[in-house]
Amino acid sequence: MRISAARSPNSSARPKPVLEVDDLCVAYGGVTALDGIKLEVPTRGITAVLGPNGAGKSTLLKAIAGLIKPLRGRISYNGQLLAGRSPEDIVRLGISMVPEGGGVIRELTVDENLRVAQMWRRDGRDANRAVSEVMELFPPLAQRRHYAAHSLSGGERQMLAVGRALASRADLLLLDEPSLGLAPKFVALIMQTVRRLCAERGISVLLVEQNARSALSIADEAVLLSAGRTVAARSAGDLAKHEELWHAYLGY
Amino acid sequence: MNYFFVLTLTGIAAGMIYSALALALVLIWRATRIVNFAQGALAMTTTYIALAAIQATENYWLGFVVALAAGLLLGAVAERTLVRWVEAGPPLNAVILTLGLLLILEAVVPMIWGAQIRSFPAPFSIAATQIGDRFIALSPFNIFTIAIVLVVMVAMLLLFRYTGLGLRMRASAFAPEIARLLGVRVGRLLTFGWGLATLTGALAGLLVAPTLLLYPSNMDAILVYGFTAAVLGGLDSPVGALVGGLGIGLALSYIGGYLGGDLEAIGALVILIGILMIRPQGIFVHSAERKA
Repeated sequence: MRISAARSPNSSARPKPVLEVDDLCVAYGGVTALDGIKLEVPTRGITAVLGPNGAGKSTLLKAIAGLIKPLRGRISYNGQLLAGRSPEDIVRLGISMVPEGGGVIRELTVDENLRVAQMWRRDGRDANRAVSEVMELFPPLAQRRHYAAHSLSGGERQMLAVGRALASRADLLLLDEPSLGLAPKFVALIMQTVRRLCAERGISVLLVEQNARSALSIADEAVLLSAGRTVAARSAGDLAKHEELWHAYLGY
Repeated sequence: MNYFFVLTLTGIAAGMIYSALALALVLIWRATRIVNFAQGALAMTTTYIALAAIQATENYWLGFVVALAAGLLLGAVAERTLVRWVEAGPPLNAVILTLGLLLILEAVVPMIWGAQIRSFPAPFSIAATQIGDRFIALSPFNIFTIAIVLVVMVAMLLLFRYTGLGLRMRASAFAPEIARLLGVRVGRLLTFGWGLATLTGALAGLLVAPTLLLYPSNMDAILVYGFTAAVLGGLDSPVGALVGGLGIGLALSYIGGYLGGDLEAIGALVILIGILMIRPQGIFVHSAERKA
């Protein structure tokens, strides 16, 4: 499922990173979840974070989004430090997280889910435009517009969540396992859309995945996590070639 | 007039007051998953504030507005300064906290205004309406009660269904963490939600006082009725609060009318126990659909 060959040709031509994480440590009640994580997301690029269950992938995204307070470490977005900011403020800086399972609000309709994500903008942005934009990106959602989100299929839910993040004009998307439990055609649609919008709109993506093959097919950079530590960090093409490396950690 | 008909009308009028208090409980339950046992005491406090305003200005409507504004403020302050600290903890902490607030309010209010029973003015007559030479059991004040509670309920419905503020409040109530990731300032909306709920409770307080008089524990029984109404309707459902309130109002009116007035409070508790045994999720909530 190789979708795009467009990646940075070598490290010297790499643009300035939009997100830099350095020495990030997180613990839950004394148990270390992340231990000295270091990674970068290049501007207009996709960095994939791979790793087995419990490696700390979701924790990493939650720490960046402001849902978890790190023990120590530096998270810098376009040169601004994110430490001590609330999730609401981090959204306003242009970072949008799509949690595992999509994070759609089940009781609200598709339309309401899209609208509520636009409300923090005070620049008079037309919420209707955001809604129709998502319907264009993911046509299957159009017929479901006024249905409660709990009636959506897993694929539709994920499209809604990714579309919602895209429509909010985020510069950096944090995607937590967007392919989890989805049929291959949905995985392809979502991955292609994400890749295309990176190029078209200049957004950057930090993509957490267990599905290494589909993640590496669209990523520029890849980081392999295991038990809260970075065990490999290299270009996605390079990691894709060294299957033995991720097989050893992912177990497949 | 037919006795049953009279009991029905008075039951509806009383039921609207229970509906208002039930709605206050439902709003807070939806927003913060807390049963606010101080809801009645907060309403009693705002009614004392209203009485002070009415006595100072000799204008009922000014006192009415002051009570609602005081409710909005008092609820918001209670959430910000007290409830915020227990929201994340075990539910029992919140229960103890709201019970503590109830005790504090019922102790502090008599320190300020005295513990004696006071009469409270009504904007309209509380005597039965006379049309020609016939009397209708509903007083003008009863009709006002029904109308104003309906107005508040419709206003709440419009707010939650059709405004951006209402959408953000629903998002915060259903999924606070996701709402924060979408940029919704959940903390502020919870504060506002408590304010709005306490305003609704303040309305109930204003409607109770003219007939049941004003004293520090005057809302205790009403809280039990309102809570029973909220549980009957389903703690998550504003429509359920209205229907539950009417149901309890009618039931208690029939119990009081046919079996004796002393049995009303016991009747409410029997109904509450019955609901909890037969349909604990209430009438208007599909338990399977909740919890996400």
